[in-house]
Amino acid sequence: MSVAEAVLASSLKTKLRVDHVSMVFKRGGKSTPVLEDINLEVKDGEFVCLLGPSGCGKTTLLNAMGGFLSPTSGEIRADAEIVHGPDPRRIFVFQERGVFPWLTVEGNIGFGLFKLPRAEKEKRIAYYIKMVGLEGFEKAYPPELSGGMKQRLEVARALAVNPDMLFLDEPFGALDSITRLVMRGELLRIWETERKTIIFVTHDIDEAVQLADRVVVMSARPATIRQIVNIDIPHPRDISSARYLELRDSIFKQIGLAQKK
Amino acid sequence: MNSLAEPRKWEKLFWPILASALLLALWHCSVVWTATKIFPSPRDVERGLAELLRHHVLWNDIGDSLRRVSVGFGTAALIGIPLGLVLGWYPAANQVVNPVMQILRPISPIAWIPIAIILFGVGDRAAMFLIFLGAFFPIVVACINGVSNVPSVFRRAGRNFGLTPVQLLAKVVFPAALPQILVGLRIALGIAWLVVVAAEMIAVDSGLGYLVIDSRNSGKRYDLVVAAILLIGVIGLLLDFGFRRLEKLRSVRWGFRNES
Repeated sequence: MSVAEAVLASSLKTKLRVDHVSMVFKRGGKSTPVLEDINLEVKDGEFVCLLGPSGCGKTTLLNAMGGFLSPTSGEIRADAEIVHGPDPRRIFVFQERGVFPWLTVEGNIGFGLFKLPRAEKEKRIAYYIKMVGLEGFEKAYPPELSGGMKQRLEVARALAVNPDMLFLDEPFGALDSITRLVMRGELLRIWETERKTIIFVTHDIDEAVQLADRVVVMSARPATIRQIVNIDIPHPRDISSARYLELRDSIFKQIGLAQKK
Repeated sequence: MNSLAEPRKWEKLFWPILASALLLALWHCSVVWTATKIFPSPRDVERGLAELLRHHVLWNDIGDSLRRVSVGFGTAALIGIPLGLVLGWYPAANQVVNPVMQILRPISPIAWIPIAIILFGVGDRAAMFLIFLGAFFPIVVACINGVSNVPSVFRRAGRNFGLTPVQLLAKVVFPAALPQILVGLRIALGIAWLVVVAAEMIAVDSGLGYLVIDSRNSGKRYDLVVAAILLIGVIGLLLDFGFRRLEKLRSVRWGFRNES
């Protein structure tokens, strides 16, 4: 059974539900609509990419899902519970600048584990250091790490608290293109072992098609969902296969249309 | 040697020593050429220092000055850091307190001398109060700025991991602001060392500031005046040097060097 099928088989349960969500920003008496009637359902263990032009409001949507912003209207439910604020069950991963520079690699990964007994905490830290390949850097501080290592560290810090869901906001945007490719592979490997629900914001079409089960194509601001594309190619994906190129090109057209609007 | 080359080890020592030696020579020659009867030569100052050491007053004076700075600066840090953190954390509270602080801040602690004497009488505590005043405002302002400059990603990450507001302040905001707080403390320590000399000239009868004024008043001993002045400079430099070592600690070093 391929990974895609496995996901399909286990993805009966709805993990996250976005219901008629709209968002209007008010600044200096001027109101700017950012999101318009967004409806989306994400299954347990699914990898969903939010794709759209820069500044379209996809990060705003992710912030609302993470509980950092409340929608102007509509509601967001995680496990049928309305999202009211940030929660350790749903961890937000920023670009690598989210790691704490005053803590070591160990300290960063253990940051969210303050409620656990010491032995359990150390076990988990060691496990996730290994998972993201940072062995030997336990006592290193983030300024001594490369961009890719910092990004892996932040993912490890998020995974260590065993969340159900990860929100990634253009996590590889600041990395060079080779590191970015490696990190995509790493993220898929981690996703396959940990089976977390992942919502991934990107403006990179290739990135979306390489990673996601479904790509949510958004329009320019105010963002609406133009189309949701199922990526029915099993992992590891052959990025020169006919199906890949076909899906990629159809999204290209969608984005092109979106920008003309 | 060009400006890009890392200076060699002996060069790091050699040039400052050469500059000091030239300055001493210039001083000596000036005294000789002008045939002044009042201003001491380096040799006179050296003899004056030796005399102070022989009479065992010097260590007491240094000790007293350092003690006053420790108490005044320590109290300022103890009250100023928590206050600054809270004011930085609650911008509304800061807006209430800020106007008062902005008025008090530019006042030289020296201007407070009469008030210090009314409050504490002539003595140690008046001097310490002045040092406290001098150190307090830079510390509070550094903490407020430090807290408000903490990147929102750090606060958000802290909230995301389920920290209570107190935990967030202790585990995220304070360490994130610490490099800036240390800079504020270092500036405050420098000011405290400036103020102690002035305070000791007026409020007490010991310490390096008293040594300066007393050497002049009792017999115009300008060799001792200059000796005390030089000592004040050297000790101030050592204090600053010691404090700078704190900035090398690994948990704050990230805030002091240029990162890409």
